[in-house]
Parts: sequence; structure tokens; C-alpha cells
Amino acid sequence: MLLTIMLLLPLLGALIVALVPREEEGLARGVGYLFTIATFILSIAVALRFKAAQGGMQLGLAVPWVPSLGISFKVGIDGISLWLMLLTTFLTPICLLSAHKAIDKKVRGFVAAFLILETGMLGAFVAQDLFLFYVFWEVMLVPMYFIIGVWGGDRRIYASFKFVIYTMVGSLLMLVAIFYLYVTMHDVSGVWTFDMEQLRHLVLTPRAQIWCFLAFASAFFIKVPMFPAHTWLPDAHVQAPTAGSVILAGVLLKFGVYGFLRFAIPLFPWAATWCSPGLAILAVIGIVYGSLVAFAQDDMKRLVAYSSVAHMGFVMLGVMAWNAAGIQGAIFTMLSHGLTTGGLFLAVGVLYDRRHKRDIAEYGGIAAQMPRYAAMFLICTMGSIGLPALSGFVGEFMSLLGMFNAGPLPAGFKQTLWHSRIFAIIATTGVVLGAVYMLWMFQKVMFGKNANPKNQSLKDLSGREVAMFLPLVVGIFWLGLFPKGILNKMDASVRGYLDEYRAKMEDIRNFRQDDASGEYRHHLWPEGYVVPGAPVVRQPEPTVEAQPAPQPAPNPDVAPAPPGGGAP
Amino acid sequence: MSFFISLPHTLALGAILFTIGIIGALIRKNALIVLMSIELMLNAANLTVLAFARARHDNTGHTLAFIVIAVAAAEAAVGLAVLVGIFRTRRTSSLDEITMMKQ
Amino acid sequence: MTSDFPLYLIPLLPLIGAAINLLFGKRLSKDTNHYIAITAVGGAAVIAIHACVSGLWPLWKAGGPGTPSLTWQGWEWLHGAAGGGMGETAVSLKAALVLDPLSAVMVLVITLIGFLIHLYSAGYMAEDKRYATYFGYLNLFTGAMLILVLGDSLPVMFVGWEGVGLCSYLLIGFWFDVDKNANAGRKAFVVNRIGDFAFLLGIFLTFYFTKSLSFSGVRDGVGEITGSRIWGAPAQFWICLLFFIGACGKSAQIPLYVWLPDAMAGPTPVSALIHAATMVTAGVYMIARLSFLYVTAPTVMAIVAGVGAATALFAAIIGFAQNDLKKVLAYSTVSQLGLMFVGVGTGNFTGGVFHLMTHAFFKAGLFLGAGSVMHALHHAKDPGDIREMGGLRRKLPITHITFLIYCIAIAGIPPLAGFFSKDGILAGAFAFTAPGVPRFYGHLIWAVSSLASLGTAVYMFRLYFLTFTGKFRGDHHVETHLHESPAEMTIPLIVLGLGAMAVGFVGIPAFLRSHHEPLFVRWLSSGDAPVQALALHMSSSREWLLMAVATGAGVIGIIVAAALWLGGPRPAVVSLGNGLGPVKKLVASKFYIDELYDLVLVRPFRWLCMAVYQIVDRFIIETLLLGLVTTLVDFSGRALRLLQNGHVQRYMVVTTMALAAILWFGMRPSDEFTVQPVMGAQNTISLHANAHDYGTPNAPQRKYKWKCATDDPWKAGGPDKTCEYPNPGKYEVQLEVHDDLWGTSNKSSKLIRVGGD
Repeated sequence: MLLTIMLLLPLLGALIVALVPREEEGLARGVGYLFTIATFILSIAVALRFKAAQGGMQLGLAVPWVPSLGISFKVGIDGISLWLMLLTTFLTPICLLSAHKAIDKKVRGFVAAFLILETGMLGAFVAQDLFLFYVFWEVMLVPMYFIIGVWGGDRRIYASFKFVIYTMVGSLLMLVAIFYLYVTMHDVSGVWTFDMEQLRHLVLTPRAQIWCFLAFASAFFIKVPMFPAHTWLPDAHVQAPTAGSVILAGVLLKFGVYGFLRFAIPLFPWAATWCSPGLAILAVIGIVYGSLVAFAQDDMKRLVAYSSVAHMGFVMLGVMAWNAAGIQGAIFTMLSHGLTTGGLFLAVGVLYDRRHKRDIAEYGGIAAQMPRYAAMFLICTMGSIGLPALSGFVGEFMSLLGMFNAGPLPAGFKQTLWHSRIFAIIATTGVVLGAVYMLWMFQKVMFGKNANPKNQSLKDLSGREVAMFLPLVVGIFWLGLFPKGILNKMDASVRGYLDEYRAKMEDIRNFRQDDASGEYRHHLWPEGYVVPGAPVVRQPEPTVEAQPAPQPAPNPDVAPAPPGGGAP
Repeated sequence: MSFFISLPHTLALGAILFTIGIIGALIRKNALIVLMSIELMLNAANLTVLAFARARHDNTGHTLAFIVIAVAAAEAAVGLAVLVGIFRTRRTSSLDEITMMKQ
Repeated sequence: MTSDFPLYLIPLLPLIGAAINLLFGKRLSKDTNHYIAITAVGGAAVIAIHACVSGLWPLWKAGGPGTPSLTWQGWEWLHGAAGGGMGETAVSLKAALVLDPLSAVMVLVITLIGFLIHLYSAGYMAEDKRYATYFGYLNLFTGAMLILVLGDSLPVMFVGWEGVGLCSYLLIGFWFDVDKNANAGRKAFVVNRIGDFAFLLGIFLTFYFTKSLSFSGVRDGVGEITGSRIWGAPAQFWICLLFFIGACGKSAQIPLYVWLPDAMAGPTPVSALIHAATMVTAGVYMIARLSFLYVTAPTVMAIVAGVGAATALFAAIIGFAQNDLKKVLAYSTVSQLGLMFVGVGTGNFTGGVFHLMTHAFFKAGLFLGAGSVMHALHHAKDPGDIREMGGLRRKLPITHITFLIYCIAIAGIPPLAGFFSKDGILAGAFAFTAPGVPRFYGHLIWAVSSLASLGTAVYMFRLYFLTFTGKFRGDHHVETHLHESPAEMTIPLIVLGLGAMAVGFVGIPAFLRSHHEPLFVRWLSSGDAPVQALALHMSSSREWLLMAVATGAGVIGIIVAAALWLGGPRPAVVSLGNGLGPVKKLVASKFYIDELYDLVLVRPFRWLCMAVYQIVDRFIIETLLLGLVTTLVDFSGRALRLLQNGHVQRYMVVTTMALAAILWFGMRPSDEFTVQPVMGAQNTISLHANAHDYGTPNAPQRKYKWKCATDDPWKAGGPDKTCEYPNPGKYEVQLEVHDDLWGTSNKSSKLIRVGGD
């Protein structure tokens, strides 16, 4: 119940904000803060209630929505989504805080859009029903479209259009795959259901898996973003207002990898393993390519946007390692990226708020002018490039360590890990490249002579701005020094996740060997699993049983046995 | 079943009426005539339904016929209202000239 | 042989000092700032000494198995599970610290010399605006360096490793309003990062084989490493090589040394601390820490020694022609580091660490002395230009005496510290033997290193003579303001001078003490994880000879320098310089290595990035792919628009035709049939076709065709059919319905299994 309340609270806030009169900007903002902070407190309560030792979904709620179609409102949280949910509720108030000065028209609409966005994001993280997940996935798009399109930069319509269409294309393919799953589930078990808890037990034929996986992957691929489907990101980031950029980089990008982890891989494990060298290659390309292209930018926001591409490459790489270190490293990198890149966008926003210019060439020597800002910017930069004792290092280290020692996979799938070490080696160069472009930007903006006369009167960070950086900076240090608290809660879930994955792969391997006819069919795993609500399984093939042997000649000494009992 | 006109004949009548109606709807220029042809098609379908209902002694067909009549009446009313509106502005009721929905 | 000790206090105090100074320093007075910083380091030094004296020393004296060490089990830092060939292994890493003899040496060096440098900075940086920030960074550096040497696992050491990299970035670029300084800081960080890349790969490889990240775990797993091969070479070759490249980055060896001379842009005490005494020695420390691994890879050791020797000589040559006081010292540092690597490379790990320790004293002293000189010349345009100096011995007596002591020490004249350490390294190099390495290699290394030592003596004394002897050659205005430095600056100089004289005696080589190993060697080599010492298999006479050669090189160097530069540039050197014009230019421009790097690496990299951006991102993806998609959509839109011509009747025609087509192609006779086993007959089933549509199934226009099994021919029949199956098995029954009136047909099949008993 707690989870659902937390989920719907921002939506309630949006409705209330809509009632606020148009001129009362302060009131609208106040309502926004109230609801986002309340959601954050609720999410902390959820985190405290969460039992770390117990794997699987917790604090769930399952309410049938359209029973005849098998759609239910099913939510639940486990170790993998717990921290992402916290990241969402943590970043949203900070975003609203950052928009205090930047957004001055249609404030009511902005706050409402943000609150609806928060509901969408939280819903997508906790949804356990495929249809519900899809609904929330699309719900995330609409407010983001408005945020970029109404309060963005000068090419905002182009950027928001691009963003929506790119994401939509992937989502529609995913919808097709969802329906295929739905129908196949019915074919195999006779139940119409979208419930992940039950769909997880469906194992498709390899061919079907590959198509479905590619369809799902196309949606998540674009969101990660992976090369070459990443070009929407720089435009969206540059044109979005600061708050929009922070939430886009901090949370929305996480859905790509989260979708892989939560849906694509458990539903289609064979296809995921089969595709993983390709995905790993694309992840590595993303790391290197993102870093190279970032160095060629002259707009600060674009540079940080491309650095996001590189970081998400690390995340994807961790997932493709198929072991706990990799997956935990991936999730940790996601958390760290949310904090550090969020901080970087906030930093760019601080300068943009003052001068309305993002070009690197416009600035120089800012550190002397704004020392507190320089300190915050430095910490976020260092976190981003993975300085140990800050959060970035832990995530990257574990992802790379996991990738380097990738596996184990059941026998028969070993060749998937063939080049994992080479990928890890190339990905480690990302460490060097990251330092190159980040420090270059930092130096060009902060060091050197403060030559531009327009920069001579810039004020240092106000209290509000310090307040918005401080939680991020504390978080970066906390995650870097004491990651154990976070890793602990993820442990059981990740372990369960991997156990289930490996068991399914074993099952697929055995099924292949068992079925002498060579025919690979959709089936349910584990053997003998019965989908709840399934009708009595009718025989798809009527068996004609042999008639019992004719009765033996009756012994005249014994009374004849009564007839019957023979006909089937 | 006693049917003083046999089923095939009724069905044939229905088919002929439907054909006349559809050809009229597709060929004629005047919008009013097209509306009338559509009415004719509906009536032909009605006739077929009633013939089957009578032949199979199933009253569902009669209910359907009533519904179709009501729908046809409503649709004719709306269609005529639209036509009157167009005529007031365009001063023509020839379908060849009413092409404002062109892309 | 371990016991617990709150080792965390040692790095914690400087870190707390850093936090206070960085967060609140501006609100406190300057005095408070430096008191906090100096007390923090001093406190760390006191605790370190206490730990060594009352904790480690008794353990060491007691002997016994295992390495004497004090440990602090911190908190569990990393946690996960990774796989590999053999299944999953848990990754569990504690943030823990360990103090064993090796790290004790380092900790004492860091804290004591750090303390002196903090004291010195109070005087040197007194006028600076960002006083508090400076001390904050200095404390942060000290804390990070202490973590580096106290860490008991590779990742914890890496934390310190990168931490000192960060602090050097901040401190080198401390006066960041000048572009040159900021560039130097960035260069240092990036070049270090390249080394870190190799370091990380080394960590991953080590984990792959030993399934452990802590030093003790790696030691236990050395067998796994030596037993494996990668790409044709033994695994330990690659691992040691990768770690060595990491060390090159940090300790400024060829080819990653280019950041160190540029790093002189930072304040002089920073150079003293970071680039003389502590940070750059991290590489040597790392190799000494991993000595148990290196001894299994003689090829890499040969490479280490070779690179070290080459760097030593190369830097010495460049040092000749530099005219900036600090640059000369920078190249001298690179050169001495090369010698340290020669030491560890030839198996003389204790020798390398010994030289590290002695070098810390006199090099820090040299830098501080240089700072004192530059402080005196602060009215000059370029306070570091030695061409504008001379005769300073009268005006700066303390600086002069101590500087002379350091120069004598670095030249290797007995009985100062530098002599013992350098001699140990040279002797070890001469005697270097390892499987697979020819004997002359050791001799070659020795020769190159001796040459470098000779060069060291020459250019250091060139520096001394040009700076302190003769008459002042600079501006008169500057001359009137020459004065000795305040006490905060001279006291550290004196202390370091005494150290440079005395420290050598802990490491007097064995053959001088009737073959008893010196204290230093015994201290480091105790326990089962010793820093290996080299057993020199040489006759005493040969050792005396080598010692004489080493001393002779030093003395000759001093004499040559005196001949050329005593009292200022002598006519001999001026004519020599004119004669060797182009050579001099080449050397003075550092052999154009920096320019080479810029041309070959830096600029092409930037072009590559621009090219990738423009070609791949802008052109291929945006213009081609997206443009293609938008053009397609646009084109098809235009085409389809032609259908919408506004004529309602046209639309109706299309609708009607489509409907007709759907009905025609869609309406098919029903093909469902049911399967029933027949009572009373064995293995017979009866099939009945359902006719869903209204109308009787017997209507003449439907034709039914049946097939009882896949191989059977089609048999025409009615809606009912009986099939017999004498043998059990799987059969496929097929039905085809054909409607004559409309000419459509439909087919379906069912799989049945006829079971036997």
C-alpha cells in the first residue's frame, strides 16, 4: 500500500497544482516542493521497510484492473529497483529547486508536468505488469515533451519532437512484442495475463525469443542511449531547461538499462545471451565514441550529454558481464551517474542562469570569481571521471571487474564470453578519455584569465544553489566511501536474479537435448509450473489408448467377474 | 414452413435492390440521389434480414430490422442537415464540386 | 605476526585538517590555518612514530613467522561476485590498512618530511591570498599519500594513488589564473591517468588469477599467476609489465615523464613534497610492495632496470642545459627516480627503497633551498633563472650551507646519505643476474647508471656554483633586496641537512660491516613477505673497487663542474657552448620531446575527435540515416495524399471494392473437425467436420477430403470419416474443405498420438 501511495502522491500534487490560480507562482512552487519532498520521505519509509535479506518482490500490491484481459495494477519493489526509485524521489525536489529562477512563465504547468513525470518514472520502476509498465513508460514521455517544448531553448520544438519520435518508435516495437508474449502465453497455458510474475515462467523458442528480444531491446536501446541510437540525447539535453536536463540524465536514461534488466533479460534469456557480444561491443563503442565526440564539443551541455553516453556504456557493459559484480556495478554506476551528471548539469545551469550562454569559449577564469561554485563543480567533475573515494569509481571498477571476469554461464553458452576481456580492456581506456575531456572543459571554463568583461560581475552561489548542490555532493562522497550499505540491499535480489537466469539457461539447454524430435516449443519453466488461474489443461493431443486385452476365458470354477471397466 | 413467396425470391429481390442502391450511390452526381441510394441499400439489407428471420422462425431478425430502421432514419437526418449546410454556402449539390476535404 | 592498531588515525588527522581548512579556512586567521595543518601532520607523525616504536619494533625484534605488521580492519568497502573459468568467486574488499616494515619506512618519510614542508610553507606562502586552500590541499595530499602506503589491498592503494594525482593537479595549478600553470596541472593528471589505465588492467588480471585483491591474498595466489600463460607469455610478465607502466606514469619514467618538469609551475614547497619526496616515489613503493611478484618475472625486471637507467641518463643530459633552478631539480628528480628503478629492477628492492629514503631528504632540501633562493629574489623578473644569480653565499648563509650539503649528498660523496644508497644500487646493478638475461646486461646498466651519476654531480654542482659562488650577475635593484629567509624556512633546511648527513648510516653495506646486513635491510626483509634483498655474490675487493668508482665519479663531476662554472660561467664553458651550438639547443629544448608528443598524440587526437563528431555523428547518423527516414516519410506522405482528392464517391468506390475483396478472400468454409475415439474398436478414431455456418453440412457444394496420416493420399469423403491406426505413434490428420459455389477452400490439421500399452 505504501508503495502505491508514494506512487500516486505526485499525481495528486499535480491535480492540486492545477487548481492553483495562475498568478500565484510561489504557491504553485510551494505545492510542488511539498509533494516532492513528501514523496521522498515516503520513499525513505519504503526503503526502511525493505528487508535486505529477502530476495524477490516486496511491499507489493496486486489489484486486478481489467480481469478479462489479464491486466492488473501490480507493483512491487526489489533490490534492483529500490535504489533507482530513491534516486528518482531524491532528484525531483532538487530539480524543482533548480528551476526556481530559471522558469518564470507558466510555472503552474511546469510544476504539474514535473509531478506527473515523477509519477510516471516511479510507476515504471515499480510496475510488475507488462501493460502497466507500458502505460507508465508512455506517461513519462508526455510531460517530458512539454518540459522541453515549452520551457526549452531556441530549437526546443525540434528537440522535443525528435525525442518523442525516437522513443516512440522503440516503444511501439516493444508493444508488438508484448502482445506476442500475451498471445503465446495464452496458447501455452490458456491464461490471458500480462503479469510479470507469470510471464517470467514462459520460455519461448529461440527464434521467437530473438525477435521479441530485439523488439524490446529497440525500445530500451534508444533510451540507454546506445550508439548509434543516441543522437536524440544531445539535442534534448541542450534544448531542455536545466531541471529537465537533470531529470533526463539522472533518471530517464536509467530506464533503458532497467528495462533490459527487469524485462528483456528475464523474459528472453537465451536471446539476451546470444545478443550479448553485440550489445557489449556497442556498449564499448559507446564509451569510446562518447568520450571522443565529447572532446569535440564547444557547448558545455552537449559535452556533458555525450559524457552521459559514455557512462551509460559502462552500465550496459556491467550488465553484459552476467555476474553479480557486473550487475551491481551497473546499478551503482547508474546511481553515481545520476548524482554526478545531475550535478554537472546543475553546474552548467548555474552559469546559464547568470549569462544565458553555454559556450565554453564565453567563459574563463570563473574559479577566481566564484570559488564555492568551483568547488562544487570540481567534485562533480571528479566524481564523473571516476576518482576513487567518490561514487564513480566504485561503479566503474565493479563493472569493469565483472566484465573482465565475465560469467559464469552454463556449459554450452561459453562462447558468449569469448571476447569479454578485450571489451573490458578497451572500456578501461574510457577512464583516460573521460579525464581528458572533462578536465579540458573544467580548465577552459574555470581556470585561466577572466578576460570576458561580462564575467567580471558574476555572483557566487546563492544559498538556494548551495542547497541544491549539497545533497548531491554528500551523496557522491557517501556512495564512494560506504557503498556497502547500498550493495547490501541489492545483494539478495541480484543473486536471485542471476540464479533464475542461470536456471532458465540450464532448462533451455536441457530442453534442447531432451527433445529428440529436435522440435523446440514454447514451454513453461520450471517443469510442471502451472500458471495461476489456468483452466484445467486440456489435452492438445487426444491419446487413443489401446483397448485392454480381451478377458481371459472365465474359469468355470470361479464366478465370472462383472463386466465393464474396459472401455475408456 | 409456409411462405407464400419462397425464400430465394425474396433474397433475389433484396439483392437486386441492393445492387441498384450501390450503383446509384457510386455513380450519381446529385448528393440527394446518393442519400436516397444509401437508404435503398439499407432497406434491401433489411428485407434480406427479415426474409431469413421469417424462414428460420427467429425473432432476432425482426429486432435487428427495427434497429436498422432507426439508424437509417437518424443517418438520413444528419446527412440531409449536412447537405443543406453545404448547399447554403456552396450553392451546389453536385458531388463533383464539393471537394473541400481535398489534401 | 600482526596486531591491531588504530592505524586510521594516521591518514585521518591530515584529512580532517584538510576538511577544516577547505571548508572554513577563509573565516579563520592565517595563523590558525597553518597551525591546524601543521598540527595535523605533526600528529600523524607522532602517531606513526608511536606505532613503529611501540608496536612494530617489538614485533620485529621478537622475530617469529610472518611479517611483523600492525593492521586495522576497516569496513567492508566493495562487495560482489564475479565469475571466470571456474565459476563464481566472491569479491569482498575491506577498506583496511596495514603497517609493515616497508610501509613504516614510507610513513615516517612522508610524515616527517611533510611536517617540515608544512612548516616551510607557512613562511613561503605567507603572502598568498588562498592560504587556507593551499594548506587544505597540502593536508589532503598527505592524507592521500598515507592511504596509498598504508592500504592493504590494491584498490585501497589505488584510492591513495589517484588521490595524490588529484592533489597534484590542484596544487600544480594552484595559481590557476596563468594558463601555463593550469595546463601543467591538467597534463600531470592526464599522463598519470594513462598510467592508471595500465594499473587498473593489472588489478583486473591479478584478480582473474588469484581471485583476490588484497596484498596477502595476491601473495597466496602467486602460484596461480606463475602457472598460467596469456598470449604466449607467462601471466606474471603481463601483470608486472602493466603495473610497471602504471608506476612509470606516477614516477615519471620514459615515456611518461613529461609532466614532471612542467609541474614546476606550482609553488616550490609543493614541488618539494610531491615531486621530490613522496608522490613520485609511489611507483617505486608499489614495485617494492609487489616484489614477490616481480621476482618471478625476470624479463620485466630487466625492462624496469633498463628503462630506469635510460631515464636516468636521459634526464641527466637534459639537466645540463636548463637555466631554470627548479627545472634542473625536476630533471634531477627524474634521473634519481630512474636510479631507484634500476635498484628495484635489478632485484635490489631494499636498495631502491633506501635510495628513496635518502633522496627524499636531500631532494626535498634542494627544493626548499631553491624556494629560499627564489624567495630572496622575488623582485626579479624570473626568480628562478640561474643565469641571473651568483654570489648568494654571502647573503643567504644558511641556505648556502645546507644547499652545499645536499649537493654533496646527491653527488654521492661519502659519508653522506646519498653515497651509501647510490653505491648500493650501482653495486647491485653490476651484479645483476637473472635467468634469461645475459651477464653483460648488468654491466651495461651499471655503466649507464654510473654515467648518470657522473652527470648528476656535474649539473648539480653547476647549479651550485652558478647560484652561490662568484659575483651576483643580476639586476642591481634585486641585489639590494637579497636577504636570508625567515626561521620557518631555514629550520626545515637545517633539519633536512642533518638528515642528509645522518640517514645513510642505517644502510651501510654488508661488506663494510663484516658481512652483517645493515639495519635497513634487516628491517625490510623480515618475515615471510620480505622486500627482497640482494645477496651480492662479489668479492670484497670488487665491492671496494665499485665503491671507489662511484665515489670517483662524484668527485670528478665536482671537479669538472668547478672547472667550468666556479664563480660563474668560465670562459672555457662559454667557448664550449658556442662550439656545440646546435647540440646545446637540442638539449636545452629537452630534445623536443614535448613538441613531439604534441604533434603526434595531442593534436591528432583532437582532430580525430572532431572528425568522428562531424563524420559519424553529424553526417552518417543525422544527415544520412535520419534524413533518409524523414525523406521516406515525406515522400510516402506526398504520394498517399494524391488519393485524397476530395471526391466522396471515389472514396466510396474504393471502400466497396475493398469490402468485396475482403469478403471474397476471407470467407472460407469452416475447417474445424473433432476427433473421437470409437468405442469398441481398437486404435480407431472417428472424425466429424463441424459446419459452423448455417446451412446443412450436406449441401452439395461442399467437398471434403481427408488424410489419415501424412503419407496417405487424399481421399474424398463426406463430413464424417473413420481412420484406423494399427500401430501406435504420432499421426497428423488433415482435412480439406472445398466450396464449389464460391471456389474457396480451407485446410486444417491435427496431431494425434495413438498410444500403445
